[in-house]
Amino acid sequence: MTVKVPKEKGKAIILNLIGVLILFLILVILNESGALSSYVSGVLMVCGIAIIMASSLNITVGYLGQIALGGCGFMAIGAYTAALITKAMEAGNILVGAGVPNTLRFLIGTIAGGILAAIFGILVGIPALRLRGDYLAIITLGFGEIIRVIIQNLKFAGGKGFSEGQAGQALVGINRLADIYVVFWIVVISVALLYTFIRSRYGRAIIAIRDDDIAAGASGLNTTFYKVLAFTVSAFFAGIAGGIFAHYIGSLNAATFGWLKSTEYVIMVVFGGMGSLTGSILAAIVLSALPELLRSFSEYRMLAYSVALVLVMIFKPTGLLGTYEFSLYRVLNRIFHEKKAGKKQEVK
Amino acid sequence: MAEVILQAKHLGISFGGLKAVDDFNIEIRAGELMGLIGPNGAGKTTVFNLLTGVYTPTEGAFFLCGEKMNGKKTYQVVQAGIARTFQNIRLFKSMTVIENVMVAYGMSMKYKMPGALFRSRTYWREEAEYREKAMELLKIFGLEDKADFVADNLPYGQQRKLEIARALATGMKLLLLDEPAAGMNPTETADLLRCINVIREQFGIAILLIEHDMSLVMKICERIVVIDYGVTIATGLPEEIASNQRVITAYLGADEEEEGA
Repeated sequence: MTVKVPKEKGKAIILNLIGVLILFLILVILNESGALSSYVSGVLMVCGIAIIMASSLNITVGYLGQIALGGCGFMAIGAYTAALITKAMEAGNILVGAGVPNTLRFLIGTIAGGILAAIFGILVGIPALRLRGDYLAIITLGFGEIIRVIIQNLKFAGGKGFSEGQAGQALVGINRLADIYVVFWIVVISVALLYTFIRSRYGRAIIAIRDDDIAAGASGLNTTFYKVLAFTVSAFFAGIAGGIFAHYIGSLNAATFGWLKSTEYVIMVVFGGMGSLTGSILAAIVLSALPELLRSFSEYRMLAYSVALVLVMIFKPTGLLGTYEFSLYRVLNRIFHEKKAGKKQEVK
Repeated sequence: MAEVILQAKHLGISFGGLKAVDDFNIEIRAGELMGLIGPNGAGKTTVFNLLTGVYTPTEGAFFLCGEKMNGKKTYQVVQAGIARTFQNIRLFKSMTVIENVMVAYGMSMKYKMPGALFRSRTYWREEAEYREKAMELLKIFGLEDKADFVADNLPYGQQRKLEIARALATGMKLLLLDEPAAGMNPTETADLLRCINVIREQFGIAILLIEHDMSLVMKICERIVVIDYGVTIATGLPEEIASNQRVITAYLGADEEEEGA
């Protein structure tokens, strides 16, 4: 029996692919023509990292409905792992040379960072997810800080060792391998995977647990498993984002990955809408770019940022998009059909 | 005689010094509809919680088709074949009607994580297959035209029906219904009765029913168990129960004063 992808879904997939390709083409044109200054491409890079962070965090915060404040702990694990791996590869002359693209090292390091972050996600998730609500928020915040402080003291990660009891220097000399094109595709693939994940039986289970975990258990779902799964998926992609971050900045300081930074990403999720991936993407872009756009009013920019947040919470407490997902297919379909309907009326 | 689906032997649980359920015995056979009644606070819902792994029994044991179920977690009990509905409706409120049912079908689906992420053939086939099955299930309850409604927006009676549909999607052998007719008007109750009869015919499952609506209980239950203060006070056919002195006493209180007067 051959299985066909439903016609509508197939069309939507092709449309999305075309949309992404057009975006990529715009990026290429801008970059190659030199219109993209290193400052602007830097902002784009930060946007890309924020998109991955916010949309993956949305799995835990939005779809599972559990506030987790330790996102940057996992980002730090990913960043350091990726950086140390590419550094080790360069030192050992593995996959270095004329014939091998630099991107390969970057990808290997980043994926390894994601995997290690996911493993820590499981380890932290199992005890932490016995709690919920405020308690979970506090314990994940604690775990995030623990991870950060441990990394700060690890000798091979630029620290002075635990016996010294003080923060070390930054991990420097990371090759800036993060190429904007590669990062673009990593962002696209991450978001696509998160989308297919949430639109599968796994995603349905996670949303069901948010709505009513007793009923979810009574529908045959192992609620602990799915909670840890959601948490782990978030951690994996946070690790990926960390890997990109390390290879974009070129040096790492554990202090960057504090709880304030984690909160920033949670704000993006809430701002965009808990339970909307497109909302997270939109919020990640707006909230990463907004401080940059407001640079000319440097004194007021944090004020403007807070006012924007307060306004959203007053007028749209569910976030910008709520649980709405943007669909290129649906939008085009509507425009197309309206035109058709219009023409028919004209004929009459 | 039909196969024994559920057997509970001396099942009991105490919370501290309080024996909420004591020495509960029951035997339900395939296709049978058993009623569980008793005054408020008698321990009926506690029995349900014991049978679905919410509480672990402190005494006795219960078996599903001969398999011991003690100490299993809720989802394991459900996967083994006992599904339930709740006294206060528990739906996945933000999900659509059909998705509610699809959640329960989730454990029957075979595709794994890579299949889900990269949308394998199995993913598309199973998603389509189970959507169709869910639709058929909704048809039984007359909910097929509400399939894409958000569950929370359904009227009360239909929410109750959706909860039963969701329980059926787990593919259970025994269905526990906790006051399915509570809060329903006579028309809705009659419709519910029709649904229960249809699912009994179609699925051939055993049902254990908690209900306060006595006319409903007497009409559809083949056998009835009555509990009071956690103790089983009577078991038997509806007519026997209706005339049982201990049952009448439990519901209406003893008439000692009248006797004394």
